[in-house]
Amino acid sequence: MKINTKQVGNVTVLEVEGKITIGAGDLALRQAVQQALDGGGQNLVIDLGRVTTIDSSGVGELVSSYTSATNRGAKLKLARIPPKVNDVLTITQLITVFDVYDTVDEAVRSFA
Amino acid sequence: MLDSARGRSPVPDESDEPRVHLAIGSRFENIELVQVVLEDALEGMGVDGDTRHWVGLAVREAVANAIKHGNRQDPGKQVEVDWGVEGHELVVHVRDEGEGFDPDHLGSPLAPENLLRPNGRGIFYMKSFMDTIDYAPGPTGGTEVTLRKRVAGRPAEALGIPQEGQ
Repeated sequence: MKINTKQVGNVTVLEVEGKITIGAGDLALRQAVQQALDGGGQNLVIDLGRVTTIDSSGVGELVSSYTSATNRGAKLKLARIPPKVNDVLTITQLITVFDVYDTVDEAVRSFA
Repeated sequence: MLDSARGRSPVPDESDEPRVHLAIGSRFENIELVQVVLEDALEGMGVDGDTRHWVGLAVREAVANAIKHGNRQDPGKQVEVDWGVEGHELVVHVRDEGEGFDPDHLGSPLAPENLLRPNGRGIFYMKSFMDTIDYAPGPTGGTEVTLRKRVAGRPAEALGIPQEGQ
């Protein structure tokens, strides 16, 4: 799993590629989000467009990232959720918790 | 990854039907091996891509639970996985060497107080992706989870099981 972090104006975009699964991808995501928050990021977008698989640990990490951001007064939004990842989030009703956008541009603009 | 896997060999079960058997050390990276071998086998059976994905994800969850909660990530303890076809059902067994497990005490991940918990969704997902999930004490201790799913394609034929009318 790879994560590329880029800055678009005052929004930090985390581009995730591969599997967000136990033992590797989940930890990488945690570190990337933590790094963005520690760096003072207040507006975060996780771009899931190139995620192939997410398991319960990956879902747990998304939830932890969301609550970490919220507890720090930051906002975390999701963009480009692939259908199978969307199914996984829908089954556990988490899709209603996250702020979700079809494109990264829409997610970035939502912070304006 | 492969060094701690004992390998893959078709072994007969009690009904003498061919089954695939894997034994892996309790490391999370070995979950990838199980998923690759399982999904490759399902593809060979003619099982469609969506079903392969969801079965693979369910078995990933079962193996992850066996490694994390059953064997507590002790690499000296093994997780055994085997699968085969019974009628038109794919039947997967995952066994650990842990101290047992009572699934009845799990809270629902959909309960408002649990919705934002970082864990507690694995078994719920397994139940969602498969037809049935059953937990029982393993034959030599530990816990055995049995996952069943009716599969389309030609699973029995692919495994050499005689079909009706043949």
